[in-house]
Amino acid sequence: MSVKTPSKLEKILSEGHLAVTSECGPPRGSDPDAVKKKAELIKDYVDAVNITDNQTSVTRMSSLSACIHLKLMGVEPVLQMVTRDRNRIAIQSDILGAASFDIFNMLCLSGDHQSFGDCPQGQNVHDLDSMQLLQTVHLMRDEGKFLGGADINRPPKMFVGAAANPFADPFEIRTPRLAKKIAAGAEFIQTQCIYNLDKFEEWMKQICDRGLHEKVYILAGVTPLKSAGMAKFMKNRVPGMDVPDDVVKRMADTPKEKQPEEGINICVETIERLKSVEGVKGFHIMAIEWEEKVPGIVERAGLYPRPKIEAEN
Amino acid sequence: MIRSITQQKPAEEIQRLLNGMARVFIIGCGTCATLTRTGGLPEVEAMKDALSEKGKVVTGTTVVPVACDNLTADILKEFQSMIKQADALLIMACAFGVQTIARQINKIVIPALNTLFIGKETGASEFNEVCSQCGTCIIGETGGICPVTACHKGLVNGPCGGTNNGKCEIDSNKDCAWTMIYNRLSELNRLDLMRNYQKPRNHLGEPSPGKFEIPAE
Repeated sequence: MSVKTPSKLEKILSEGHLAVTSECGPPRGSDPDAVKKKAELIKDYVDAVNITDNQTSVTRMSSLSACIHLKLMGVEPVLQMVTRDRNRIAIQSDILGAASFDIFNMLCLSGDHQSFGDCPQGQNVHDLDSMQLLQTVHLMRDEGKFLGGADINRPPKMFVGAAANPFADPFEIRTPRLAKKIAAGAEFIQTQCIYNLDKFEEWMKQICDRGLHEKVYILAGVTPLKSAGMAKFMKNRVPGMDVPDDVVKRMADTPKEKQPEEGINICVETIERLKSVEGVKGFHIMAIEWEEKVPGIVERAGLYPRPKIEAEN
Repeated sequence: MIRSITQQKPAEEIQRLLNGMARVFIIGCGTCATLTRTGGLPEVEAMKDALSEKGKVVTGTTVVPVACDNLTADILKEFQSMIKQADALLIMACAFGVQTIARQINKIVIPALNTLFIGKETGASEFNEVCSQCGTCIIGETGGICPVTACHKGLVNGPCGGTNNGKCEIDSNKDCAWTMIYNRLSELNRLDLMRNYQKPRNHLGEPSPGKFEIPAE
């Protein structure tokens, strides 16, 4: 896969390193230090940091502004953008805004439904869906055009990613859906949190059988469990999440004070096992409000130090 | 048959809307609102009793056959004197009926119902929204199931990641549109259609408010 953007993440992947990304949720307030502190904790242990976009539909500082804070600190951001809250005018406008700060990575998502968040009575937009957002970014980048057909002065240079959930049903749909996202322009994929390794490996095998792993960089998503309660919640309450019984049992059988440590053990073991799975090109570590644990996980999983590559500007 | 699906407003809201209006004439509808048990004879009678209890004077009631029909004006002529005595018309019909009556009779109209959607009766006491009149129909490529309507995000290029055992992540009583489409296309041996990329929708199909005139020959 040839390098198409100045993205550091793309360069690391193209050179064949196992990439490591993580994520920071922006604060529910305007304090820039909240996001800067999180980034400071992890910046030397990851290649790029995703900034979530009003995740779970709870109103927060905008992803774009938090990305700008990171960029100004010298940390490589991945701008997450959901289609829930913006129409095609606002989407294109925000992409240009991000490009004006030389933000080079974007993750295109549809976004959680607003009924899960703090404005359940609000209206969603979905003027575009995630597939159409991927195409839009490509149109803007590769052809230098707006959706309306006009030329863009200084087109954005985004390395474009999408999410994939190997665990949502129907399972048979999931590989063709990934193929469709790749056809729409996804260059990297960050997956849903993986706890069911057998099922993930089955999905990866289907992907490799179709040769899709040579068309897209797949970063396996992992989230360390903090407690047995969190494991049960993820299993029972989060749609599209697959936490097998043996994982829940392993957490529940651990004394409460040792559960955080056990959650991290599981996370490290997951990375170790997935490293050797064909088609896995890196890891996306989503330590939800637990960013301080990311360095330890990266080190223990043998992914430290990170390759030194200077980001272009 | 398509039906206008309604739900009665909370009693407090109806009280607030009728604030300062002592005399009320109540109109129900013999079609959709009767079927959904929101504006038929029993509901109109119950509303009359409830308002009387709150001290309102109900000058009269009726259930017109089809509130949204232009003939409603003629039917209501029979009740002219009772309507005249009223400060407001409380209408237990969908918003099509309320607006039809508002255009015909020079009186303040108060809707007693919220209009939820235009739906299809899919079973006994069950109604589903199957079309949202978007103006740019794509169901020729989705096995005759509309994802613009049936998917809670209106996704036209496949399911989100929240499908929950074939149900929608926001409501386990609702089927996942894309699971239904997948199953239908699978039965028809036309799963290839799921590969089709749907472009961003043309919302200019008929910009809101919709208006249509049959072109002159």
